[in-house]
Amino acid sequence: MSRDPLSRLLPEGWLAGPMPWVIAAMAFLAGLSLASGFALNTAARGLGEDLARRATVQIVTADAPARDRQAAAALVRLKTMPSVAAARALGSDELDTLLAPWLGPGASRELPMPAMIDVTLRADAAADMDALARALAAVAPDARIDRHDAALAPLAGLVKALRLVAGVLAAIVVATMGGVIGLATRSALDSHRETVAILHLLGATDAQVARLFARRLAIDAAVGAAVGVVAAATVLLLLGRALAALDSGLAAMAAPGWPVRIALIMLAPAVALLAAAAARTTVVRALRRVP
Amino acid sequence: MAEGMAAIVQFENVGLRYGTTAETLRDLSFTLARGGFYFLTGPSGAGKTSLLRLLYLDQRPSRGTVRLFDQDVAAIPRDRLPAMRRRIGVVFQDFRLVPHLSTYDNVALPLRVAGLDEAELARPVNEMLDWVGLSDRARARPATLSGGEQQRVAIARAVITRPELVIADEPTGNVDPEMAGRLLYLLEALNGLGTTVVVATHDLHLLGRVARARTLRLDRGRLSQPAGAGRHSAVPA
Ligand SMILES: Nc1ncnc2c1ncn2[C@@H]1O[C@H](COP(=O)(O)OP(=O)(O)OP(=O)(O)O)[C@@H](O)[C@H]1O
Ligand SMILES: [Mg+2]
Repeated sequence: MSRDPLSRLLPEGWLAGPMPWVIAAMAFLAGLSLASGFALNTAARGLGEDLARRATVQIVTADAPARDRQAAAALVRLKTMPSVAAARALGSDELDTLLAPWLGPGASRELPMPAMIDVTLRADAAADMDALARALAAVAPDARIDRHDAALAPLAGLVKALRLVAGVLAAIVVATMGGVIGLATRSALDSHRETVAILHLLGATDAQVARLFARRLAIDAAVGAAVGVVAAATVLLLLGRALAALDSGLAAMAAPGWPVRIALIMLAPAVALLAAAAARTTVVRALRRVP
Repeated sequence: MAEGMAAIVQFENVGLRYGTTAETLRDLSFTLARGGFYFLTGPSGAGKTSLLRLLYLDQRPSRGTVRLFDQDVAAIPRDRLPAMRRRIGVVFQDFRLVPHLSTYDNVALPLRVAGLDEAELARPVNEMLDWVGLSDRARARPATLSGGEQQRVAIARAVITRPELVIADEPTGNVDPEMAGRLLYLLEALNGLGTTVVVATHDLHLLGRVARARTLRLDRGRLSQPAGAGRHSAVPA
């Protein structure tokens, strides 16, 4: 592509006006809402799919020998069922680990504990919890099934709502960026009104004039967006480290995966394109008013 | 109509009104022949600049018909006007130089609008600067130039593309008589090469300096000496 001979016509005042900094703030918000949107999306999928397949079978009786007998029978029965992908009894040390934060170490040896079996159903059998309950009732009358999806349904709902909020936030950010770029273009047009009028009288087309402003505003907006993205990436990185230090499942949510990284990298070019389009539209509309 | 064939500009009952005031230009009917040299005179406020603005497509007439290059200006779609403007070179009464561009870049502007690259435009621009005696001011911004120097930049910019029609609004208003003579000689030379030239001026001394020139006199928006009448309509040699 040959260089546009008019490309250097507007004075090269770098990052003129507040627009690049507003864009930087917007890109920062966009980066964070993108990352949280992706994380929530992953979480919602996990909650939706995995939890529908997961259940805990508890054998609740104070009679320890009966509890252990029923637990062994239930485990055997579960393992023979075609709809069950995996079944695993939780050992007493695992229970200890789970309960330690609340009851102190070694609680399972001092307190009557239910026997617990972690069950994962096959994906296509996810809705078949009732069949599971009937099968267990025959071998383990004291068995109780806790469906994870039922327990976590309100959380899943919350995650979906948050994901929606992230989406709405992203839409608002994009609309605001478009508006800010439109305003910046109009103010640039104002301060270069005479230059534009001269170009017009010398026979420049609307497209030639619009290109000048589109190029200029695209560069300014891209620089602003890059600043915002770097800031957002830094925050995400620090957040990821903090969560990793907590050694909890949240770390997986916060660590930006490839989709987030690609989205963040694409943000500045996308903002540049948005700026070019918004500037072009604004200039062409303004020029339509002169003969 | 033989005259029509050679006409570059035709006005028929043209009127121009700014806003809701009385008409600034009234009942203008005249023809400018292709290749002609025309002076437009008249007292200050008579409407000379207004008439020229109709010619260089900065205004559309409020009524009547303006024909330019054999086309009715009102019927030309907006996206074809830029190409038409590039066939016209204009020296504005207030110069209208781009303030942040150097002399060189101001003169090069019409060539850049036309899409020429740096290598193509260097020679014509330098030659033109030489012609108007501004080679040593090539890097200067308009604000650092004298009025006469700015005027010469404006003239250089108007003629750099060898337009078919050159319109100059008081092109010698700020220069000494010697420079005025040189600039007029430049316009005459272009006219000799076939360019149609229209010069608006107060300076009655200028009128006699170009032997083949016709004069249109404008008074309070009316033409008192239509160029399209009688012998004036003939195509100058
Ligand atoms: N943009 C405008 N809006 C309203 N009135 C205008 C405008 N331009 C010119 N006029 C009016 O039209 C009349 C003619 O002005 P014009 O500039 O055409 O005169 P002129 O003959 O070029 O004068 P001068 O010799 O002083 O340059 C004047 O009364 C002027 O006030
Ligand atoms: Mg005037």
